[in-house]
Amino acid sequence: MSVYAKPLSADIVSRTDNTMVLSMGPQHPSTHGVLQIVLEIDSENVVEADPEIGYLHTGIEKTAEGLFWTQAQTAIERMDYLAPESNSLCYALAVEKLLGITDRIPPRAQIVRVLIAELTRIASHCVWLGTHGIDLGAISVFFYCFDLRENILDFQEAAGGARMHPNYVRIGGLNGDLPDGSLSRLDALIAKFPGRMRELRGLLQANPIFQDRTIDVGYLSPDDAIQYGVTGPSLRGSGVAYDVRRAYPYCGYESYDFDIPTRVEGDAYARFLVRLDEMEQSMRIVEQARRRLDTPGPVMIDDTKVALPPKETIALSMEALIHHFKVISEGFRVPPGDVYQSVEGPRGELGYYIVSNGENRPYRVRTRPPSMYNLQALKCIAPGNLIADLVVMIGSLDPVFGEVDR
Amino acid sequence: MSVGPGQFMLARLDDVARWAQSSSVWPLTMGLACCAIEMMTVTSAEYDIARLGSEVFRSSPRQADLMIVSGRVAQKMGPVVKRLYDQMADPKWVISMGACASSGGMFDNYAVIQGVDTIIPVDVYVPGCPPTPDGLLYAVNLIQQQIRQGGRGGIVAKA
Repeated sequence: MSVYAKPLSADIVSRTDNTMVLSMGPQHPSTHGVLQIVLEIDSENVVEADPEIGYLHTGIEKTAEGLFWTQAQTAIERMDYLAPESNSLCYALAVEKLLGITDRIPPRAQIVRVLIAELTRIASHCVWLGTHGIDLGAISVFFYCFDLRENILDFQEAAGGARMHPNYVRIGGLNGDLPDGSLSRLDALIAKFPGRMRELRGLLQANPIFQDRTIDVGYLSPDDAIQYGVTGPSLRGSGVAYDVRRAYPYCGYESYDFDIPTRVEGDAYARFLVRLDEMEQSMRIVEQARRRLDTPGPVMIDDTKVALPPKETIALSMEALIHHFKVISEGFRVPPGDVYQSVEGPRGELGYYIVSNGENRPYRVRTRPPSMYNLQALKCIAPGNLIADLVVMIGSLDPVFGEVDR
Repeated sequence: MSVGPGQFMLARLDDVARWAQSSSVWPLTMGLACCAIEMMTVTSAEYDIARLGSEVFRSSPRQADLMIVSGRVAQKMGPVVKRLYDQMADPKWVISMGACASSGGMFDNYAVIQGVDTIIPVDVYVPGCPPTPDGLLYAVNLIQQQIRQGGRGGIVAKA
């Protein structure tokens, strides 16, 4: 066994039955990143699967403690790299709660936040579906998914200036309004989406090979799911209709009309169907948000203690210049206290517990990463299945290791 | 240039070998972090790395020519990356993709190795956080150029 793997416990080493221990990962095409699984197998059957994490530990939470409140967002976006805007949205909402400015965020900013969060969810599910397909040998799904994702990334790039980590959602609102032409780009995306979804469903949903590989594989009971703290599509695939957007609404989600897709089967196929339905529901929200975007308005809070003053005022007003200098050079201070805020990320309940001691930097930023809790359920669902089905189970839980290891 | 029946061509064996080598640089399937998603994107229809002959991502280091270090290398991952590099057969090339792999990037802390070139030799560095897929394609181009010219060593892919 590799020296890099975790040392085996004494009872595994001294066993005399026919099981053997196998290390899967950390470099493996189907572990969706740097996951190592210490497998105990009896011929082809998994007796025990023990996820070993930490191969991507980046110290993001610690790094965030040394940065200004606004700067920390840049580091935090790199946690869940499939849905960066969900991270920054959650962090921004938490800091806004601490600052007590939640009610003063301009409505247009909240609409664009919802829009970006839902587009991010679709893009993230596209990556999940593409890689899940590749794991099962269905290569062409990948090309359809990444084409759709590319359209969403183009929209993000136009809005925030970067493809993957645009840092568009800021504390107090947004980095800037949507640029000219982005609404027509969005309309084209909305028009393209239903056809693309039909193609994706057509490729996999009724495909007998796909069904054989996923139906009754990786059954997760609702009780186990709740005990392991599983959230998101993996929980809803087991029949529990818990969604942060509905349970603890933020950004005005209570004013949008959408369903929470659930399935009761609890297997990998159910989780697949839930995610596909979720993409369609997300697009429903995007359409509603799009209709509200026709009226212009401010997208950043009108408070120069938190937000930069408008660029055009800087050359004319001494006060604006001073505020600009202060916010840039020493950031802003946040009243002492602690706060927990969660949002529904693509993988489940993404939460930030933030402690402030009144400084211009966070004292502690603790993440509740949905992937980490979802991944723990692997230990529960893997035993008794074949090794080949293990990649299906990992794929159906959709872990992102930037978030698991942080 | 076409060669008809009864005609023949002369070339140096070295040049033919380098041409063949540079047209089939097979990368290793090793995704680390955010950059890995952009590394996957270059295989998609819009960027299509197959044009360069590099679409064959190999899961085994024994079959790979090119290691794309796509993302931050954590202290725990460092020995694994080194071992994978050692397992690759010569000749082999390395692209350090993104700020984190090249220098530690924004994560100047206890957890991240400050540049993968502290553990393995790097041929091309790609700036960006993450670099665009075009940036990675350009880096593969530079690797091909290096192979054809026979040179090695830290080039920065200024896209």
